Amino acid sequence: MDILTAALPLSYFSEFPQKFYDAFILKNRYTNILFGLGNTLMITFFAVIIGIILGTVVALVKVTHNNDKSKLKFLNAVCSVYLTVIRGTPVVVQLMIMWYIVFQPPVNLDRVVAAIFAFGINSGAYVAEVIRSGIQSVDKGQVEAGRSLGLNQRDTMVKIVFPQALKNVLPAIGNEFIALLKETSVAGYIAIQDLTKGGDIIRSITYDPYTSLLAVAGIYLLIVMGLTALLSKLERRLHRSDNR
Amino acid sequence: MITVKNLHKTFQTLNGDLDVLKGIDQNIEKGEKVVIVGPSGSGKSTFLRCLNLLEQPTGGEVWFEGVQINVPECDINQLRQKMGMVFQHFNLFPHLTVLQNITLAPITLKLKTQEQAEQQAKQLLERIGLADKAEAYPLQLSGGQKQRIAIVRALAMNPDVMLFDEPTSALDPEMVGEVLQVMKELAAEGMTMVVVTHEMGFAREVANRVLFMDDGQVLEEAVPDQFFDHPQNPRLQDFLSKVL
Repeated sequence: MDILTAALPLSYFSEFPQKFYDAFILKNRYTNILFGLGNTLMITFFAVIIGIILGTVVALVKVTHNNDKSKLKFLNAVCSVYLTVIRGTPVVVQLMIMWYIVFQPPVNLDRVVAAIFAFGINSGAYVAEVIRSGIQSVDKGQVEAGRSLGLNQRDTMVKIVFPQALKNVLPAIGNEFIALLKETSVAGYIAIQDLTKGGDIIRSITYDPYTSLLAVAGIYLLIVMGLTALLSKLERRLHRSDNR
Repeated sequence: MITVKNLHKTFQTLNGDLDVLKGIDQNIEKGEKVVIVGPSGSGKSTFLRCLNLLEQPTGGEVWFEGVQINVPECDINQLRQKMGMVFQHFNLFPHLTVLQNITLAPITLKLKTQEQAEQQAKQLLERIGLADKAEAYPLQLSGGQKQRIAIVRALAMNPDVMLFDEPTSALDPEMVGEVLQVMKELAAEGMTMVVVTHEMGFAREVANRVLFMDDGQVLEEAVPDQFFDHPQNPRLQDFLSKVL
C-alpha cells in the first residue's frame, strides 16, 4: 500500500479537476494532443498503404521465384536483402537514417513524409512475410484447377490464390497494423509532434506526468480497440463462404 | 486428337530419381472414351496430368489437335481451354459461389460477357439438377454435388476433351452414382474422355478402350469385354482378380 501511495499520491484524485484543467484546457493545451493525434493517424495511414503495396510485391516476387528458381533471380535477391536489413535493424534507427541521411537537402520534404516512408518501408518487410505464408497456405490444387481452365499464372494468382491467402492472413495483418500504430510513437526522435510527443509536451509544462501520459495511453487504447473491432467485422465478411 | 509418343516422366526425389512413366505411346481419337486402370503408383494420374502439362514430361512428345504442346513455343494456356480437367479432390474455389466458380474462367478469359456466362452456367446447373445451388458456397455442398459442379465448371469452357483424374475416389459410396451418371451422359453426347478410375463397372459400360497401366507402362489395352473377360497379361489377371 505504501508503494502504491508513493507512486500515485491520493491527493491526486482530489486535485484531479485542477490537474485536468491545467493539462488540457488552460491556454488550449489540448491542441498539443489533437495536433499530435493528427500526425500519428496520418503517418500510420500512409505507412500502412506503403506497407501493403511493398509487402504484396515482395511476397509475389519471393513466391514466384520459389515456384520456379529460374525466374526473377535478381529481384528475389534484392527482396531478400531488403527483408534482412529491415528486420535486422531497429525501426528508430531506420527512422533517423531516413530523416538525417536520406531526406537531407537537396530533398526538401517534410519530416512527416520521412516518417511515413520509414514506417511504411519497415512495415512492408513484415507484411511481405505474412502474405507469403498466406499464399503458401493455399492448397496446390487451387492453382492446378485455375491453370487447367486455361487461366494464366497471373490471373490464377489474382483471382484464386490471393483472395484466399488474404482471408487466411487477415488477423496477422491486423496485428501488424496495430503494432505499426504504436510504433509510430517513436516519431518524436526526429522532432515530429505525434500523439506521444504531444502528451510529453504537456507533461513538461505542467510537471504532472499522470494526467497527460495516461490520457495519451487511453487514446492509443481506444484507437486500437476501434481497429480491432473493424478488423473482426471485415474478417466475418471474408469468412462468409465458410458458413455451412 | 491426342497423340503421345514415347512419353517419359522422371521425378527427382531425395532418394534419387523416380521413373514414373517409362515410354508410353498412345493415340486418342475424337469421340473416344478411354479408361485407364491400374494399381496405385502405376503412373495413371501422372500420365493424365502430362496430357495438359500439369506435369511437364521429361521425355517424348505430346500432341493435341495437330500441335505439339510440350515445347516452349506452345501457348499452353490457350490449349488448356480446350482440355477440361476434373480432379479427385474437386478443387472448387471455396471463396466463390457455385455460379462464380463456373463463370470465372469464361469471363476472365473474355470468352463470354458476364450475362452470357451466367446464363450458360445456369443451364449447366439445370442439367445436373443443382440450379438451386447457384448462390451457395462449395463448403455448403456434399462431395457428390461438388464433383458434379467441378465437371460443369470444366464444361463451361466448351472443351474438346475432358480429363478425369479419379473423380469418384474421394466420394462417399452413395454419392459415386450421381457423379458417374453425369459422366455417362457426357459420354453419350460424344465428348472425348480420358478417365482414370477404379470404377470397373463404369469402364465396362462406357469405355471404347481400357488401358491397364503398371510400373509406368501400358501393359494391356483392349475393348472392355475382352479386357475384363479375357485378360492376357498375368499382372492384369492378378489385378482384376483383386478388384472385381
